[in-house]
Amino acid sequence: MTGYNIKITDEIIKEHNLKKDEYELILKILNRTPTIVELGIFSAMWSEHCSYKHSKPVLKKLPTKGKYILQGPGENAGIIHATKNLGIAFKIESHNHPSAVEPFQGAATGVGGILRDVFTMGARPIAVLDSLRFGNPESKNTQRLLPSVVKGIAFYGNCVGIPTVGGETVFEDCYETNCLVNVMTIGTVEKKKIKKGIAKGIGNPVIYIGAATGRDGIHGASFASAELTAENQERRSSVQVADPFMEKLLLEATLELNDKGLIVGIQDMGAAGLTSSSVEMANRGKVGIELNIDKVPKRETGMNAYEVMLSESQERMLMITEKGKEKKVEKVLKKWGLHAVTIGKVIKKPYIIVKEKGKVVAEIPVAPLADSNHKFFPLKRQKGIKPKYLENINIDYNLIPIPNNIEDILIKLIGSPNIACKSEIWQQYDHMVRTNTWTLPGSDSAVIKIKGENLLIATSVDGNGRYTYLDPYRGGAIAVAEAARNVSVSGATPVALTNCLNFGNPEDPEIFYQFEKAIEGMADAAKILKTPVTGGNVSFYNEGKDGAIYPTPIVGMVGFIKGTRYVKQYFKDSEDVILLLGQTKDELGASEYLKEIHGLIKGPVPEIDLKLESQIQKTIRNGIKAGIIKSAHDISKGGLAVALAECCITAKLHGEKNIGAFIEIQSDIRIDSLLFGETQSRIIITTSKKDLNTMKKIAAQNKVVLTEIGKTGGDRLIINIDWAAKKCSQKINIKITDLENIWMNGVNKYV
Amino acid sequence: MKAGVIVFPGSNCDADCMWALQDILGVNTEYIWHENKNIKKYDLIVIPGGFSYGDYLRCGAIARFAKVMESIQEFSSKKNKFILGICNGFQILLEAGLLPGAMLMNKTLKFICRYVNIVTENNMTPFTGKMKKGQVLRIPIAHNEGNYYCDETTLNNLIKNDCVVFRYSDENGSVNDNTNPNGALYNIAGIINKDGNILGMMPHPERAMIKELGSTDGRLIFESVIKYIKNN
Amino acid sequence: MAHAKIIVTLKDGVLDPQGKTVKFALEKMGYKNIEDVRIGKYIEIEIKNNNREKLEKEIDEICDKLLANPNIEKYKFSIE
Repeated sequence: MTGYNIKITDEIIKEHNLKKDEYELILKILNRTPTIVELGIFSAMWSEHCSYKHSKPVLKKLPTKGKYILQGPGENAGIIHATKNLGIAFKIESHNHPSAVEPFQGAATGVGGILRDVFTMGARPIAVLDSLRFGNPESKNTQRLLPSVVKGIAFYGNCVGIPTVGGETVFEDCYETNCLVNVMTIGTVEKKKIKKGIAKGIGNPVIYIGAATGRDGIHGASFASAELTAENQERRSSVQVADPFMEKLLLEATLELNDKGLIVGIQDMGAAGLTSSSVEMANRGKVGIELNIDKVPKRETGMNAYEVMLSESQERMLMITEKGKEKKVEKVLKKWGLHAVTIGKVIKKPYIIVKEKGKVVAEIPVAPLADSNHKFFPLKRQKGIKPKYLENINIDYNLIPIPNNIEDILIKLIGSPNIACKSEIWQQYDHMVRTNTWTLPGSDSAVIKIKGENLLIATSVDGNGRYTYLDPYRGGAIAVAEAARNVSVSGATPVALTNCLNFGNPEDPEIFYQFEKAIEGMADAAKILKTPVTGGNVSFYNEGKDGAIYPTPIVGMVGFIKGTRYVKQYFKDSEDVILLLGQTKDELGASEYLKEIHGLIKGPVPEIDLKLESQIQKTIRNGIKAGIIKSAHDISKGGLAVALAECCITAKLHGEKNIGAFIEIQSDIRIDSLLFGETQSRIIITTSKKDLNTMKKIAAQNKVVLTEIGKTGGDRLIINIDWAAKKCSQKINIKITDLENIWMNGVNKYV
Repeated sequence: MKAGVIVFPGSNCDADCMWALQDILGVNTEYIWHENKNIKKYDLIVIPGGFSYGDYLRCGAIARFAKVMESIQEFSSKKNKFILGICNGFQILLEAGLLPGAMLMNKTLKFICRYVNIVTENNMTPFTGKMKKGQVLRIPIAHNEGNYYCDETTLNNLIKNDCVVFRYSDENGSVNDNTNPNGALYNIAGIINKDGNILGMMPHPERAMIKELGSTDGRLIFESVIKYIKNN
Repeated sequence: MAHAKIIVTLKDGVLDPQGKTVKFALEKMGYKNIEDVRIGKYIEIEIKNNNREKLEKEIDEICDKLLANPNIEKYKFSIE
């Protein structure tokens, strides 16, 4: 065993982000001192990013089973049954820290990684969605990050030719130096062609495909698992450079190899590159892998085994083929201008063995590197402690004056960063390539046609960090409920979700509390809404200079529409009836209104009754299936008034005419709660007059409240409020072109 | 008739063009791999959009040296043979010198994907026979380098010879700076060669084939050239 | 082994949106004396050849055929 004559000191152990007890475990596993290469391998595999050592015990609470689940968590991506022959593979992943350091390359490589996760399953990627978080849009840092992150996503997705069909962008001060870049990819796969990241068949060759290995991103996985400080912002070597053209070639070559039956197992060299791909594949097959470092294609001279094992150079894959089929593999790759290099073989002894210049430089049993159930694995069983800040988090309603300028408030909200139009972002993404995007970005969910099948997919990514900060349980539950609602209002039945869990340092018990409670909320919502989790990604250590980010669980939801009945969020025709499905409660907490108008980040977060939510969503789906609903829009940020305004002004971006509305509401709750509160489980619907009774019947069958609140038409949004409690009335009366202008310019100017 | 869609490494609208021609319009269509020089059997060849060779160096600069492009020169000189270059395909035609001019980066320095209006300037070409002169089509663009440029003499010749086929306009067909999404000279969205058999355009007609995608105006371009081929 | 260093720039008179934007940014940063900014490409080629004259011809051809688009770009090179 050689170790480049490097003595393993406490200093070196610390540099590898290994805790003392973890190092002692290593000594026990090996029964000797590790070499530096081995230390690097342990460090990468036991980082939170690869091991989930903090999160695994909590993640077990999430439901992962159901009739649609074909592949649950644990693989490169989850897969659900779509039709008799077709599965849908999808997954979300974060690339937060790389994007905070180098926004263009960080975001671009984030797209690349998640695309590979999907096409290594044998699936062809058909859509990308992104969920982004930045600080104040006017801050210097946001102006540095936002345009470059968007350009990076565009650069990658556009070049590979996968449409970016949806997403969300949210601005809160807590993300100022630690932006969030979460990217989700959806793909289609013939069930019989599904591939897994598994090593099988003793003696089978281990083949390296794709870009040569450079020194980029060495220790990226441990990097992603450490807080971002000014000091390690200097660790620029962690920046990986994206090559989307190489990705496109890899994508086509991989799918062709799969069509020709040449793949035994395949995995992306993602975080911790060659180390994690070889270890995880060996672990799944309960075999070993022997690697010869000298054979690995290298981009730089003088690279040693340590660097090669830990490099995170992009656009590389590891594949097992059957012995004797190497030439056939090479032929396919050559067609795409790529090479297959055999760098090792599958062995019986369940060890990762790394050889360099004829000498063994690492020899580690696979199970304790990769398997959390093994007794030699540094699983952290932590307990959360309720954070102090939660003790005094709710508003005193008496201190919030009841407004008498509701029109000004609507104008301010419609132009505020979290509500204003984001078209300058999504128009930089090719969202139409593959000619399946039936609902373009800018509606509640994207609707994608699956050609050749009687199937549409609706998908949305959602999460509310502020809600989760103010009430971790409700925040987690609402993230699931809202993502499902966004899918349901298109007419789709939500069937499964993937989640990206962005939190601060889990070693802090208060952060861990946020994590536990948010997962409990998500788990309860996912169970009741029947949308199990197919996998996802945990991103801890999201801490900027002012502490942790808001806990931000992001949900990527996928739903199905059999047939072609689907609707969009904006008003379709004049003289239609406008209905409110669900009931408005006196809830102001956590709203955009409180933040933008009163400068308050305070609870309580709106209640979420998951049974009611389920009924509301069923009602809207039944209405759409019956063909009587012409538009449906979820009420979320900014409440009822903002949602109505959005129904009036978003048609134009979809190539149709904007239409005004006349609304009349009688109410006895606070006027600001009524118009701007964010009570959950509410949807604005339009039907034509003749279908009103049918719609009422559907609502009654599902035991939900449906209220007629107005009609569409004209070029103004008019809202008359007859406020019973004070025997007075207030009114909004504004030209929709004015609303549209303010909405269009709120955020687009910063992109 | 028989159509072919060229596939370069990095092409990504190839499948969409195949879908438009074969599935929507029922034309017998095949993919043509970029190393294939035998293209005589086709009547219409589409050079699709995408990022051929990653668009590294310059858009279309490397693709023009592909083997298939050697045959394209000869193909284009034959009677009743038609070439349609869309987006990256247009860029490749420019780099290959089959159409005059070059593409610069969009004036916004951003990739732009959205529906635009283009007005039909010349409806006497084989690709525009089903339109009226001045007819406005709603078709999406999706590009980073669609800012058409050529020198003054070339522009004057294009105009004089009626080679400017499509210009970026508003929904009523009027053309001005506000209707120009990318800074293209003279609002040029598409041009044709003097012989009238090579059309290059930045907007993607294959994305405007069914109403669910937002427009069916793209059909008119394909249907025009198909009709022309069948009648000649 | 010879090294060719090639610079490709837009021809004078061809609009350079990138250059224009950089100029704007520099002015915003307070550099008031900027007259113009043009952005180009710098390319290095290592090439086997001993005959100087032949080499110059070959590099010129490479520039003309591939590295620059004569419609909009010009180039110059040096060989070491």
